[in-house]
Amino acid sequence: MSAATTPGQDPQPKRDHHWRNVVILWLLASAIFDPLILIVWGPGLPPGNASVQAHGQVIDNQVLFGVAIPVAAAVIVYFAYVLWAFRERNPEVVVDGPPIRGNATVQFWWLAITTTIVLFLAAFGTIRLLEDGSGGGQGPSPIAVPASATKDPPLQVQVIAQQWEFTYRYPSYGGVETRFLELPANTLIEFHVTSLDVIHSFWAYKLGVKADANPGVDDVAYVHTVGPTTFTVHCAELCGLWHGYMFNSGRVVPKAQFASWIAQQERTYAPATKVLPPYSKTYFPSPLRRGG
Amino acid sequence: MSAVAVTVPARRSGWRQLLGFNVFTGVLLGLGGWFLGHFIGTQIHGESLEYYSTEAGQNDIAIFLGYGLGVLGFLIGLGFLNYPLRRMLGHPPSLAERESEEYGLMRYFSLCTDHKVVAKQYMVGIGFWFAVGGLNAMMIRTELLRPDVHTFGADTYLTLVGMHGSMMMGTMTSGILGPLANWLVPIMIGSRRMAFSRIESFTFWILMAAEVLLVTTLIFGGFQTGWTGYQPLGDQGVAGYDAYIGFFALVGVSMTLLGFNIIATVVTMRAPGMSWSRLPIFVWGALSTAALMLLAPPMLVATLLMAMLDRTAQTAFFIPGNGGSSYLFENLFWFFGHPEVYILALPGFGIVLELLPVFSRKPLWGYRLAVAGMLGVGFLSFFVWQHHLFVSGIDADVRPFYMLSTELISLPTGFIFLCAMGTLWRGRIRLTVPMWFCIAWAFNFLWGGISGVFNSDVPSDVTTHGSFFVMAHFHYTIMGGLVFAFFAGIYYWAPKMYGWKFNETLAKIHFWLLFVAFNSTFGPLFALGFMGMPRRVVTYPLGMKFLNDWVSASAYTIALAMLIFLANVIWSFVIKREPAESNPWHAKSIEFELADPVPVYNFERIPVFAPDPYPYGVEQPAPALASGGGS
Amino acid sequence: MSSLTKRALAVAIAFAALGAGIGAYVAVYLTAAPPPLAAAQTPAGVQLYVATVPAAGPLASHPTWVSYYRVDAQSHHWRHTTTWVVPAHALVHVTIYQYDSSTGLRNPFLSEVAGTVGGVMMLNGKAVRAVSPDAPAHTFAIPQLGVSVPLPGVSDNAKNPCGQAPCSLSNAHETISFTFRAPGRGLYRWQCFVPCAAGFIQGNGGPMQTIGYMGGFIKVV
Repeated sequence: MSAATTPGQDPQPKRDHHWRNVVILWLLASAIFDPLILIVWGPGLPPGNASVQAHGQVIDNQVLFGVAIPVAAAVIVYFAYVLWAFRERNPEVVVDGPPIRGNATVQFWWLAITTTIVLFLAAFGTIRLLEDGSGGGQGPSPIAVPASATKDPPLQVQVIAQQWEFTYRYPSYGGVETRFLELPANTLIEFHVTSLDVIHSFWAYKLGVKADANPGVDDVAYVHTVGPTTFTVHCAELCGLWHGYMFNSGRVVPKAQFASWIAQQERTYAPATKVLPPYSKTYFPSPLRRGG
Repeated sequence: MSAVAVTVPARRSGWRQLLGFNVFTGVLLGLGGWFLGHFIGTQIHGESLEYYSTEAGQNDIAIFLGYGLGVLGFLIGLGFLNYPLRRMLGHPPSLAERESEEYGLMRYFSLCTDHKVVAKQYMVGIGFWFAVGGLNAMMIRTELLRPDVHTFGADTYLTLVGMHGSMMMGTMTSGILGPLANWLVPIMIGSRRMAFSRIESFTFWILMAAEVLLVTTLIFGGFQTGWTGYQPLGDQGVAGYDAYIGFFALVGVSMTLLGFNIIATVVTMRAPGMSWSRLPIFVWGALSTAALMLLAPPMLVATLLMAMLDRTAQTAFFIPGNGGSSYLFENLFWFFGHPEVYILALPGFGIVLELLPVFSRKPLWGYRLAVAGMLGVGFLSFFVWQHHLFVSGIDADVRPFYMLSTELISLPTGFIFLCAMGTLWRGRIRLTVPMWFCIAWAFNFLWGGISGVFNSDVPSDVTTHGSFFVMAHFHYTIMGGLVFAFFAGIYYWAPKMYGWKFNETLAKIHFWLLFVAFNSTFGPLFALGFMGMPRRVVTYPLGMKFLNDWVSASAYTIALAMLIFLANVIWSFVIKREPAESNPWHAKSIEFELADPVPVYNFERIPVFAPDPYPYGVEQPAPALASGGGS
Repeated sequence: MSSLTKRALAVAIAFAALGAGIGAYVAVYLTAAPPPLAAAQTPAGVQLYVATVPAAGPLASHPTWVSYYRVDAQSHHWRHTTTWVVPAHALVHVTIYQYDSSTGLRNPFLSEVAGTVGGVMMLNGKAVRAVSPDAPAHTFAIPQLGVSVPLPGVSDNAKNPCGQAPCSLSNAHETISFTFRAPGRGLYRWQCFVPCAAGFIQGNGGPMQTIGYMGGFIKVV
């Protein structure tokens, strides 16, 4: 061990440009990647724009990326730079660096800037969330009801999750229950998600809707459809053996087409509708069906 | 406490070494306990519980009693009852069991109170079960190679997913505190032992018993709930779910006692001069983790006790049809679950901040800020758990609060980054393998943290919750953070702990292969989540096949990198055994001032610590030299 | 042999043994699955004969669990597998010999036949579109194809009920048959939607959550 561990004499000249270099590189990286992500990819960010709520999530993601890219760039650029600029070129040499223990100014500004960013993101997210619910399940007493609900009563669609299939009930159409989800375009939909057995989660990706289905609980989620589209519905909460196969497809169709579809469903499923329990926000199929 | 003359029996030869209380007697008595418990259970309720009709064909009471008495038998066989019984019979107190070198290799297979032995037991134990968990992951990725052909049955697949998650979460929470903190904390504070040395050994052995319990789930049909064990799905399950309950109950006990031991040690056993502001940052990391380990796991144990009662005593805590609530389980679980993941993250912070000063040759920048960061993360971690439940139908009023609290946690985490960055500034940086792992930690945890901010934003979370985006997020923080820091710690301290050198080439290959393969595996998972792939699924739309195959191939590469590490360990520590230098990193901390091999009682005399834990760039004696302690 | 070589050899042997053990366990035990069995090709088209029983009997690893079995037209040749192979785009004629007693549906919606040719099923020779929601012992459903057929249970005072597999046609049973059109190539899962797992909470544990009993695959080739 021939390494000398003498206290470091800082070998740099009086003024050097490390800070300046880091800042320049950071600005460059941000200037390249931020627009790339926000403008080029931005409108195509998940989950897409097939509903008002989904579009709202896209905007949220754009803002989040817009903030995240410069932060990530700052850290990555900084690390890359210091590893290049301050690296001990000769592996045999073990010399101490300058005993810098902290810098109150840097700490203060770091704290101030990061706190501002965090508070801004929290506030922005809250405002966006309260505006239209963002398609998320809000429980039995939703607080983020889209404004249009007061003018036009929304179309209520109950999503019944059971092991391992989603079925849908339309209370305003005689409580008919169907296997496939079809929704009218340009309409505010009020989903009431519930479960008959374990915890499931109703996830219509393209519509930007996700609401957990808990047994005995009515989970309300709003989505305002726009144009016609097809979407898939997946279960997003592990519910047992066939969780991975608990999906089907749904469609958003023009209002007239929806009217004729629902009429046809009422005809087809008339025998089943007769034996269904009356429409209710939650169901407790009793007994617990231990069987045998 | 100066060296006390201890009468030590002469070392036994050959098979006689196996006599006495050790893991072999433990296993024997454990098996006996299993059969006894199972027998008692069947006497209570016959082959099947009365409440359930006989068609179920399983008796959960018998299984839980079997597990309980089995673990008890295991502990008795190891000798944990001996000291309490001796004290009850009036024998004098003693802190040491099998601490002398005279006991040979059997120390590692018994109850030994030398904290360094326990640390090494943990090292191998954690390593083994981490490998088993990794094997489960490889099987998961093999299944996900093709959406329309199933390698494993859909039920077996879910059990593999659950085993992978449970094993990793249960094992790695003690992953750094077990092997590294147990070895380092007494030394770093100038103590000869932990405060409660038998409990220290207990936490290790009960963790091993827990792991074996988890593996028995395969005998009893597996469990379909994943590591989160949601109810009422868990209550529906076959007897394999009992193994899950038993596993986490024992892990919870192990974690609580480990945390408690570390806190007691650091609070009461610091050497003269080791004030709170001189504690190495690694000890602060261990301490903040220990605080969480003390407070969170008991919640899990209580929750699982309720689940056990649901399955045996016909209660209905979590069965909605009978008055219970699925929300109750979710909230109780995540109240534990969120601090749990910070238990995983905090030790990583401690290791990285401990190593960066050595490899930059500069003091830790912003020591107080780093401590504040760790304590802040620990404190805030109890106030964020509802972010796992944003769309689950919880009262919508509380979501903005939890969005804010979760976003706020990024502030103390940011302090850790700031201190790391400050330590590097104008340093004389040496890029050794441990240093590379620290830098990789920073890169990985950056992306893990940023994706966490996405998840904490409720509108964004509506799409990403329960998808592979969340999977990528926590693998970046837990594996990219903790596991990389773990390897940094191993490469850094193992030469001192064991006295042998690692092969440098294999180490470098391990690092680069792991880093590239890790990012190649989990990076695309962000994309898959954004594309709408839910978690824990056995099939997926064909359009996602390419990405899934890419991920699986990268996952196999991770396995290859781990095998290279294993080869390095076997080559360097079992076969070649080239002695390591006493202070290979030229560190100025006390553990490297110790003699080789480190004596059982650590120091001749308790060291008096110098004022600065990181005396780089200043003229100051290193800690132990000031008192002439060490060799 | 030097000490180094001895240690190297010992480690190599230990790892080889461990690897072989793990490999054998995974390949033989973990990946074990009931074999896929093809539906019979007859001049009358693709025929699939299936039976449902109250207890799987000695042919299965869980003898007390309810189960589906693959059988033949005379309810002989009981094979315990729930993965059945049918040709693509074919009309598949399914006949189910239902030997179990009623449990009832959790969701009465499923009491109506769906997804079959004609929208009906033949129950003991009579075309039927729906049954009482308390009648089914099981259902046969392929959710991805919209097929859902309730299988009424054997009456509680029937003579000569079958206790466990294998059963014969002289035991009390209901015969349900229907036809559905197989789609293109792929793997489709089917399951029973009656919470018929006796002894498990909500009737959805055990056989409902284990492949080979109340759920399986339709492999379309």
